[in-house]
Amino acid sequence: MHTFKELRKASKRTAPGAPRRLAILGNVSTQFLAVAIRGYAALENLPLEVYDADYNQVDAQLLDPASEVYSFEPDSILLWLATDKLYEEFLDLPLEARSGFAESAMSKITMYWDLISKNSKANILQMNFTEIDDKALGNYSCKVNSAFIYQIRKLNFMLAEAMEQRKNVYPIDLLSVQIQLGTSAFYDAPLYYNAKMTVSTDALPYVAKAVIDVQKALAGRIKKCVVLDLDNTLWGGVIGDDGMDNIEIGELGRGHVFTDFQRWLKQLKECGIILCVCSKNNEDTAKKPFEEHDEMILRLSDIALFVANWEDKASNIRLIQKTLNIGMDSMVFIDDNPFERNLVRQMIPEIEVPELPEDPALYLGYLQEQNYFETASFTGVGSDRTKLYQAEFERTKLMMSFESIDGYLESLEMIGEAKPFEESKYSRIAQLTQRSNQFNLRTVRYTDADIQNIANDPNYVTLYYTLRDKFGDHGLVGVVIMKKKNKEELFIDTWLMSCRVLKRGMEEYIVNCFMREAKARGYKRVYGEYIPTPKNAMVKDIYKTMGFDETTENNYVMEVNRYEEKKIYIKE
Amino acid sequence: MDRNEILAKINEIAKDVFDNDEVELTEATTAADVEEWDSLSHLSLVSDIEDEFGIRFTLAEVSGSKNVGELIDAIVKHIGEK
Repeated sequence: MHTFKELRKASKRTAPGAPRRLAILGNVSTQFLAVAIRGYAALENLPLEVYDADYNQVDAQLLDPASEVYSFEPDSILLWLATDKLYEEFLDLPLEARSGFAESAMSKITMYWDLISKNSKANILQMNFTEIDDKALGNYSCKVNSAFIYQIRKLNFMLAEAMEQRKNVYPIDLLSVQIQLGTSAFYDAPLYYNAKMTVSTDALPYVAKAVIDVQKALAGRIKKCVVLDLDNTLWGGVIGDDGMDNIEIGELGRGHVFTDFQRWLKQLKECGIILCVCSKNNEDTAKKPFEEHDEMILRLSDIALFVANWEDKASNIRLIQKTLNIGMDSMVFIDDNPFERNLVRQMIPEIEVPELPEDPALYLGYLQEQNYFETASFTGVGSDRTKLYQAEFERTKLMMSFESIDGYLESLEMIGEAKPFEESKYSRIAQLTQRSNQFNLRTVRYTDADIQNIANDPNYVTLYYTLRDKFGDHGLVGVVIMKKKNKEELFIDTWLMSCRVLKRGMEEYIVNCFMREAKARGYKRVYGEYIPTPKNAMVKDIYKTMGFDETTENNYVMEVNRYEEKKIYIKE
Repeated sequence: MDRNEILAKINEIAKDVFDNDEVELTEATTAADVEEWDSLSHLSLVSDIEDEFGIRFTLAEVSGSKNVGELIDAIVKHIGEK
């Protein structure tokens, strides 16, 4: 972890690019935290502008619609009500009022959220509550309604439930930092009494990391795929030498370590992370434990891409990345062998390669501490995308068997659908705006709440697209948001598409549908813009290809009456 | 470590914290003498000194030291206690 001193140095510069704007509001002094957050952002190459409100100005700043915090026009507001202050307020209450403390604190917080939603477009980063156990009744405090430890734990739980209902609130799990470091390292009493700072300078970098991890996820910088080595990573021993009966996996001895590691990986997969295998092995030998070993948690069906051969791992990872069509920087490579790790790190600097501890028992704790899988959305059941990728390989095989691409596309029996945004899809749409980097014309990131506002705003014409074929359902793969310029003209604010469905006529289908929609609503012209990023060169000329006229560099227009529908093999 | 060596170390830290290579502290220097020395940079200075010498100041030492000399008194005392 960086030291506070390193962060302070780094805080003097800002990463290049359009900055996200973060306002910090707290009931304690937040100056050092602001420094740490600025520094951490710079070291992570995340352009971030930070406004640090004065000490204990939460009410004043949030109540006044013209306050400095609102005028700063933040993308996010970090709201930090430190437990240390709450504890003092708690003890100032008469004993009989203390059992209602969590409820009244929670209603204050929801009031803050409502004020922010009313006066600003910012999303809310909400710090949860560290614990103070003053041992007023010893261990017995835990079951006494009017004890602080009882109330603060209750408040944390109430907070979690309330956040679940608010799409624009993102938790910062300060409590987990306190637990990770221990209270004696997390809290520095002289610093608190001297400067009203409740987090020690040694702990601040960990808090800054939590905030920046969330900011990165909101900016679309997330991990999507884990590439796994096998021998001594997923099980103990070497399958090629030791054989099925002798590899370590299961509840006994060291096998337990690998079983728990697999349990965790399986959960990642259920949460939408793609698992791939990259192993130096014969394919048959490597697959055998997945197929036949009773105590394996991971099965072949959990692995989207299984690459086992004797090629070098960097080439194999490139193959995986190409097949999945995701950014190299969204992949994590897990291998126990330092030689392989170094090779991959050198050949592919963008990929994340955790420096695993030597003892496999420490793998899990180490990986969890890195917090690679921060996300800004979760769609619950159905997040698992493994099957989609497996179906994709079937398609690739089929494509090889056709002489012409048209014959192949026709044989897919594709069915598409285009519909205005609806509530059940808001999360998935927001997620796509956050995750799509390549086929994304303007790369505007939206939160769930933004999408909801856009869907309900008559100045927008929205469409989401789904696609299925005989191999399976791709689900929601395209999003178009058109903003009304005036009653005759629309501007394409967002056009993105999942790269999984490239080159099937989906691009043409999307344009057909949005031009049809524009026409039906009586618009005469549709404007489009391409904003270049390091990742979206693939759509640089898409408007031109679709027949739009270039007006100025990267700006295009299409007359609604002049548009001729493109021939496609997608039925509706 | 004698007082002059401690002062030299403090000067190194101060140049870094105040982001100013011209800063030259003596035992008599007070916060008022250095433009960049405000309440926030004071805390940075204290925290870096603590890390450098592997000590922890008491609350009174952090907020009560009137000049650099008194800070050095505290450092000498804590180093002696180690």
